[in-house]
Amino acid sequence: MPEMKTIQTSAVAEAVAAMCIEANHFLTDDMKAALSRAGESEIAPLGKQVLGQLQQNLEIAGEDHIPICQDTGMAVIFVEIGQEVHIEGGFLEDAIQEGVRRGYTEGYLRKSVVRDPLDRVNTGDNTPAVIHYQIVPGDEMKITIAPKGFGSENMSRIFMLKPADGAEGVKNAILTAVRDAGPNACPPMVVGVGIGGTFEKAALLAKKALTRPVDRRSADPYYSAMEQELLERINRSGIGPGGLGGSTTALAVNIETYPTHIAGLPVAVNICCHVNRHAVRVL
Amino acid sequence: MDRHLKVPMEEQELLSLRAGDYVYLTGTLYTARDAAHKRMYEALRAGEKLPMPLEGNFIYYMGPSPAREGRPIGSAGPTTASRMDKYAPELLDLGLKGMVGKGRRSEEVRQAIIRNGCVYFAAVGGAGALLSKSITSSRVIAYEDLGTEAIRELTVEEFPVIVVIDSKGNNLYDIALEQYSKEE
Repeated sequence: MPEMKTIQTSAVAEAVAAMCIEANHFLTDDMKAALSRAGESEIAPLGKQVLGQLQQNLEIAGEDHIPICQDTGMAVIFVEIGQEVHIEGGFLEDAIQEGVRRGYTEGYLRKSVVRDPLDRVNTGDNTPAVIHYQIVPGDEMKITIAPKGFGSENMSRIFMLKPADGAEGVKNAILTAVRDAGPNACPPMVVGVGIGGTFEKAALLAKKALTRPVDRRSADPYYSAMEQELLERINRSGIGPGGLGGSTTALAVNIETYPTHIAGLPVAVNICCHVNRHAVRVL
Repeated sequence: MDRHLKVPMEEQELLSLRAGDYVYLTGTLYTARDAAHKRMYEALRAGEKLPMPLEGNFIYYMGPSPAREGRPIGSAGPTTASRMDKYAPELLDLGLKGMVGKGRRSEEVRQAIIRNGCVYFAAVGGAGALLSKSITSSRVIAYEDLGTEAIRELTVEEFPVIVVIDSKGNNLYDIALEQYSKEE
């Protein structure tokens, strides 16, 4: 029998708190590079000015420790737990929520979560986070935190297409979602797409797609080409930075797929603004 | 065209603004977003007074992150304006002169802007750290229990915005698409 590795829940809470703060103040290198490249290639003067402001905003956020965006999001957390991991010190989920509570309170992050979708009373500490667990081989625990702002979340869509709609139907669905999002989603956006699976699987794939580096194309050449084609078409839409017009509407289209049912073709489009944040740690 | 203007704004200056103008605002803005708008709407239904003077003033659709010690405010960028579309026409008819937010507005809001000679500005979404630097003071004046959604009186200095819908109803988002779309 393989050795079990013990992970203390206190270490999980500590990591989660630190990652919430980190993700809200610093973009990953791939996002920074993509924004910087966009600043050079943008054709619209106003668009270029907006991209310049976004660069400046990132510098101020990092140097003065001010969140990149005031919408510090609802914390979406992916936890991949190696099946040889033994968790000690309490219930894992409590530790994760405790980490979110501490990160958002100690890190001066905005508390944007309400306890009930209809009575809308703020929970005051940004909990609960939305947590997705996955059991994987190995003896490590990988935690990815992606604080999700709702300007862009609100513009996300799911389409239950028919198999006969095919690739054209999928592309049209994605382009429709992006066009409808327009200036509301704080472009330049990152477009996370999930194709296949079931209703909820497609949405989860789309969310996960947003955590893939924007400079890494799909490993499948067919979908890699589709990502490239869609990115070019989206950037011909004219929406531009801030929706004020230009050639930079999206920084990347990331597509994830899964087998699906003979009768269905689910397509989920999870749109993220240019503050496509995440932090990753392996315990 | 770059303009440097005081808020509240002289009527003549407001009416001369055109979609696409880049404007630096100095003066007072009031913050209100979803929950504060809902409360103001209910106050009006109940025949109560609003917690801030609407006449001639500007609302910034914004809920900041908490301020660190010694700073007036945390990150402070615009939120999506369309969620306030249900409430905006009534406020504009009652004297509100302008709104700062981001994203599209409904046709009802555009008509209320034209009818009352108002303006809708966008600030750059997702640039909350940068925008916070143009806010010199912030004071909660109503609905404190709403936390980030409370109504705040902000003093701004050279706060950068862009005219999206001007008093004639011209809409920069539509103009931008006509100008830059290369779709077949």
